[in-house]
Amino acid sequence: MFPRLVYESFRHQARRKLLAGIAITLGVAVATAMIAVATDIGDKINRELRSYGANLVVTPQEDTLDVEVGGVNLKPPSDGAFLNEADLPKIRGTFWHHNIVGFSPMLPVTVKLGSGSGAKDITLVGTYFSKPLSFGKEDFTTGVRITHPWWKVSCGDGKESPNCAWPADDSQNVLLGERLAAKLANKPGDKLEISGRQLTISGILSTGAAEDDQIVAPLALAQQILGKPGAVRRVYVSALTKPQDALAIRDPKTMTPEVYDRWYCSPYVESIAYQLQEVIPHSHAEQIRQVAQNEGTVLSRIKGLMLLITFAALFASALAVSAAMATAIYERRVEVGLMKALGAGNLTVSAIFFAEALLLALVGGTAGFSAGALLARQIGRSIFNSQISIEPVLFPVILAIAVFVTFAGSAAAIRRAVKLDPVFALRGEA
Amino acid sequence: MSTIPGTLHTPQQVADRRAQAPHTSMFARMLLRAAVLRRGRAASALLAMIVAAAVATAMMNLYVDVQAKLRTEFRNYGANVVIVGKDGQSLPADALAKVESALGPKTLAVPFSYAVARTKDGQSVVVVGTDFARARQLNHWWKVSHWPDVPNEALIGMRAATVVSPNRQPFELTFQGKTIQLAPAGMLQTGAGEDSRIYLDQVEFQNWTGVAPSTIEVAANGTAAEVEASMRQLVQLLPAADIRPVRQIMEGEANVLNKTRATLYASATLIVLTSALCVLATLIGWVFDRRRDFAIMKALGASGRLINGFFAAEAAALGVVGAILGFFIGIGVAVWIGRVNFHAPVVPRFSVFPYVLAGSVAVALISAILPIELLRRVQPAMILRGE
Repeated sequence: MFPRLVYESFRHQARRKLLAGIAITLGVAVATAMIAVATDIGDKINRELRSYGANLVVTPQEDTLDVEVGGVNLKPPSDGAFLNEADLPKIRGTFWHHNIVGFSPMLPVTVKLGSGSGAKDITLVGTYFSKPLSFGKEDFTTGVRITHPWWKVSCGDGKESPNCAWPADDSQNVLLGERLAAKLANKPGDKLEISGRQLTISGILSTGAAEDDQIVAPLALAQQILGKPGAVRRVYVSALTKPQDALAIRDPKTMTPEVYDRWYCSPYVESIAYQLQEVIPHSHAEQIRQVAQNEGTVLSRIKGLMLLITFAALFASALAVSAAMATAIYERRVEVGLMKALGAGNLTVSAIFFAEALLLALVGGTAGFSAGALLARQIGRSIFNSQISIEPVLFPVILAIAVFVTFAGSAAAIRRAVKLDPVFALRGEA
Repeated sequence: MSTIPGTLHTPQQVADRRAQAPHTSMFARMLLRAAVLRRGRAASALLAMIVAAAVATAMMNLYVDVQAKLRTEFRNYGANVVIVGKDGQSLPADALAKVESALGPKTLAVPFSYAVARTKDGQSVVVVGTDFARARQLNHWWKVSHWPDVPNEALIGMRAATVVSPNRQPFELTFQGKTIQLAPAGMLQTGAGEDSRIYLDQVEFQNWTGVAPSTIEVAANGTAAEVEASMRQLVQLLPAADIRPVRQIMEGEANVLNKTRATLYASATLIVLTSALCVLATLIGWVFDRRRDFAIMKALGASGRLINGFFAAEAAALGVVGAILGFFIGIGVAVWIGRVNFHAPVVPRFSVFPYVLAGSVAVALISAILPIELLRRVQPAMILRGE
């Protein structure tokens, strides 16, 4: 009798059940989407924060002082120590290599621009633009186009055209800094005589920093000019990191083995620096504090905000679901009166309503979960250009929440319906 | 009808009374009685309205204010505009004062002057003159063991320290034949170019080298458009200088801020829609419940316009009351979130109120008119018979 009552109720009041079901589906969909976005936002914003550029720099251990003012290097060219270019792909062999977004080697060289008495001292920086490399079986591409996303190449007048492009990493082409280009009145396609070589300008580089007064060239070219094959002055590494906490800033030398393991296996900027020093011989890795220190704060603010907003979303959808349920049950008090007049106990009547609510919650919850997953994916794709994936673990949790909220929303209405005197309910006076 | 003299119910008297009575009194009384008699249902509809208005207010407030809050966080990344003397020249002596008076007291501007000095053993090192108090405010990420506070104390970069003062002993530097004795105050660690430099107080630096500031780093507040306006202002003010945006900082900020804003917008839209749905469900139920009132009014001869007007007025009243109460609760929620997450209160934005009010009334009207349109097609007798 009980299952039949529930079944008949769904069959005969399909429209009303549909309305309540839609409310539950929408509420659950919003809740699911918000939870998914909130759990993934940290990772997404972390990637966006990489647009601030590298957060780690690797230098030779025995490095001498940089003597640089306003982008002009005053240090004798062959002075100081170098890193070996051949060691760089090992960066992809560190424990946290999945967190390393990219790296760019830099080799500044002071060159003579022009020939004879009119020659001027200019800094030429050798680097990777978008260089394909491999480590083990893994192929990857890295360079300034990944680590320095604010570098822009144009034809000098701000316009982009196919004639003005990033040089290939194995070419003899260079980029001319925009202020230097204005001074020299050169444009893309012109030849420059640099230290006795004829180099073609492939584009004008704008960075808003020291490079605007410099020439940027492929690393191999800078090494040839310097006469030191394989030499690299410093490497900028852009890595996804975890915000700093008390453990992060401890000295690894004073840790117990367990604490050390935990520290080593957390993507703190400190532990990634430590691991970079391990793989690159004679190197010193340091966080670039301007970038590394601030991203933690920004990240935790945005994460905190999304968490609070998710609570608001959960609250609003819980309320919507319970409002819909309360309305649906209130409308059926005549039915309750009839059941009670025929001798049904309060318990039976409540049980029928709760069974209906459970069924609605399960169906609406499942539909809402799928809709919410789609919604989260859409948000991820349109805002971050990447997938927001939903943990399957979330499904039972969402379903439980849906059932709980539906029950909570129905409870007050069911109690009121059951408490009614059947006579009044049937006479329509309630 | 009684025509007995002495009573007050002659047709004439009744007609007089009706003519004298305020025209709206019945209408107002019906509204009032509807609210009082069905307290429970009216209260739950009002509650839904208040919650929806509160959530909408909080979200709109946050959406506007969070961007300002995040911009303040982003200013911790340091300067976004750099003023440099053209061709390496020094800036005019009044440049800093001009910048500060033009951009207002909240803008941070820090002067820097550079010179290459030699140590005792002939090594070159870059020495920078600056204003420590300002530099400290601008560059939060500088890790400094101790800021200089007495004359002839210098802040020494980590890597410079190994060259000039490995055991933290006093040292001397020479610039164009002039020698200065310095004591190390603390170490500076940034992981960038600053590590190879020595920082001195601007006044001491200028007395020693005679070099005036050549760079001013500015942290300009505000939106991208406001920063650009500040830059244009600076160009006019200092024709002898190059005003450059720090693209790394500006573009990084724009990128992160845009993504956050878009996420916030999507979430806010979802939440506001959900709460509107909640109101719609509750109110439709409420109005539907009162189909008996509707039928009685119709049976007694009320016109369609009057009934519509009655239910619409009721819904509008609910919307207005809900919006007002909800607005203040929502402001409270936004302020609380601001305090918890950003450790700074969110400024209440009363400009949001008209939108909340209009939205609440609109949702309330829709949810009142919709069921009425449905009921209109039904004969009053059917409803009264309970069908």
